[in-house]
Amino acid sequence: MTPDAPRIERISAPAGTGFRLSGDWSAARLAEPANWASLQSGLALGAAGQALDVKWDLRDLQRLDHTGAQVLWNAWGRQWPRQLLIEPAQRAMLSRVEQYALPPPVARRTSAWQLFLALGALVWLLIDHLRDATRLLGQLLLDTLRLLRAPAKGPWRDVSGHLFSIGATALPITALLGFLIGVVLAYLMSLQLRQFGADSFIVNILGLSVIRELGPVLAAILIAGRSGSTITAQIGVMRVTEELDAMRVMGIAKGYRLVLPRAIAMALAMPLLTVWTSLAALLGGMLAADLTMGVTPAYFFASLPRAVQVSNLTLAMGKSVVFGVLIALIGCHYGLRVKPNTESLGQGTTASVVTSIAMVILVDAVFALVFKDVGI
Amino acid sequence: MSASGPVAPVAAAAPAVVEIDKLWSVFHTAGRDAVVHQDLNLRIEAGEFMSIVGGSGSGKTVLLRQILGLERPARGSVTVLGQPAAQLGSEGAASRVGMLFQHGALFSAFTVLENIGFALRELGTFPAALIRDVAMVKLQMVGLEPAQAHKMPADLSGGMVKRVALARALVMDPPLLLLDEPTSGLDPDSADGFVALLRSLHRELGLTVVMVTHDLDTLFELSTRIAVVAEKRIIACGTPTEVMAHDHPFVHDFFLGARGQRAAAVLRQPPVTE
Repeated sequence: MTPDAPRIERISAPAGTGFRLSGDWSAARLAEPANWASLQSGLALGAAGQALDVKWDLRDLQRLDHTGAQVLWNAWGRQWPRQLLIEPAQRAMLSRVEQYALPPPVARRTSAWQLFLALGALVWLLIDHLRDATRLLGQLLLDTLRLLRAPAKGPWRDVSGHLFSIGATALPITALLGFLIGVVLAYLMSLQLRQFGADSFIVNILGLSVIRELGPVLAAILIAGRSGSTITAQIGVMRVTEELDAMRVMGIAKGYRLVLPRAIAMALAMPLLTVWTSLAALLGGMLAADLTMGVTPAYFFASLPRAVQVSNLTLAMGKSVVFGVLIALIGCHYGLRVKPNTESLGQGTTASVVTSIAMVILVDAVFALVFKDVGI
Repeated sequence: MSASGPVAPVAAAAPAVVEIDKLWSVFHTAGRDAVVHQDLNLRIEAGEFMSIVGGSGSGKTVLLRQILGLERPARGSVTVLGQPAAQLGSEGAASRVGMLFQHGALFSAFTVLENIGFALRELGTFPAALIRDVAMVKLQMVGLEPAQAHKMPADLSGGMVKRVALARALVMDPPLLLLDEPTSGLDPDSADGFVALLRSLHRELGLTVVMVTHDLDTLFELSTRIAVVAEKRIIACGTPTEVMAHDHPFVHDFFLGARGQRAAAVLRQPPVTE
């Protein structure tokens, strides 16, 4: 037997007009849009003027829950009507609502002073970030020294685990994307170069751009998205589940056991991934050049060492190490700042990826300025 | 929709709130099946305060999850409020069953008030002011101050988390309330307070309550009936006095140890009148 839909009817008795409620006044039924809409007009009528003076008959109600009672209580203007026909259980329900009902909160307006304070909080947050980042970097240096003093006691098992998850498992995706970028670049450039009859310069342009810039940056951005987020999420979840506190209680330094292995693994994996990505991109470019312009792979191989000095490769490797450490540190930084709730974990992960990608591009620009006379 | 007009509110023989018939719970773990329940029968009537007890790993929580429809019966059936338990999780479930998880399971990204009003907000019809009013009433019904309304779950003590979770479970006034270890992790004072709260809510709201607990004090304070899970089925089910008289090694160890004796003292005292 399904109870009836909640209903409110106007009655005109000899004693005076009033309202009779019937049906199932529970949250689930009230929430059905049709019921809610029809009740609104009825309740508005009751509330319009003399809600308290007319008669309210609740005896036909099949069910009244707290939500229903609250709806009624609000319609009555938060006081008891003078004429009320009601069952004891319903009265108890309404009494509970009366007992606990609070006046609606006063909406607070944001003043200029509050905006100013919010700005100040933002500055403090920035300072806090910088202080944390500095502390993290300093701790990493100290931990590196500790590792150099006693290399045998280092967290090598962790390092090799991270090396696998950051480096080895990223090989397929970096190769695929590098290859595709190489193909696209070579194809687009071949269209331009052919107009000048400078077909053979494809090797110089492709070689220099891929080895010096695209390889390191492409690999770094991919790894920032792939492993930077993982690092933040891993450490963030450890915060949520109190694992970080457990480590601290056991006297295990989180810098040495969490940050250092990840930084080392990144510093090792990043240059290798860069070489790998650059190779894939060159391969893609070489194939595209062969197909579109007939620049043979043999010519490509022969002229690449002449077009691109070895110092470019050294520069790319150096950059990659810096990118790797940067991504690891930013990932750890945001991971350690996660507060024990899901929202903070999500925000931390997003902020980590965005910051590390932005920092990679920024640092790359700095490298380009500082080493503008090297290898070109 | 039935016709309007006066109708008998309650049918002659009220159907059981929870009816478990020949239930088998089986977990498939690497290579072998672990049978947790085997031909388990249990019937819970409206208005009861049914406690499920048993040793660690005896499948009490699995039984609770079966009633909630979170696990699937391998064989047999679980019927809750006249529907198969598997269909509970559909829209509007909050108006049929409330569940208090052992650790509260509050949504950590929401404030206390948003947590309590979440099920109402999801209905999509009620204005925010009404949801706030209803949640505020529920907040105070479980004994919290209105000032706690805007705290985040991470800032609450264990006892407060349980109370907020209870308010959230009750927000749509479901007829059936399930409790998983309601007093675990609470200090004796908060535990006593929480037990008193559960007792008064059970009485005032006419709830049917199913509770899993290890805490003998809570068990004897609240239960109108106790079901003992052991050997993959219910070995005893009845009022506390009946169950304690049952002759089974587990029942003997569980209730008649020193802790059990102390806790059962409450049964010998005259009932508290309030």
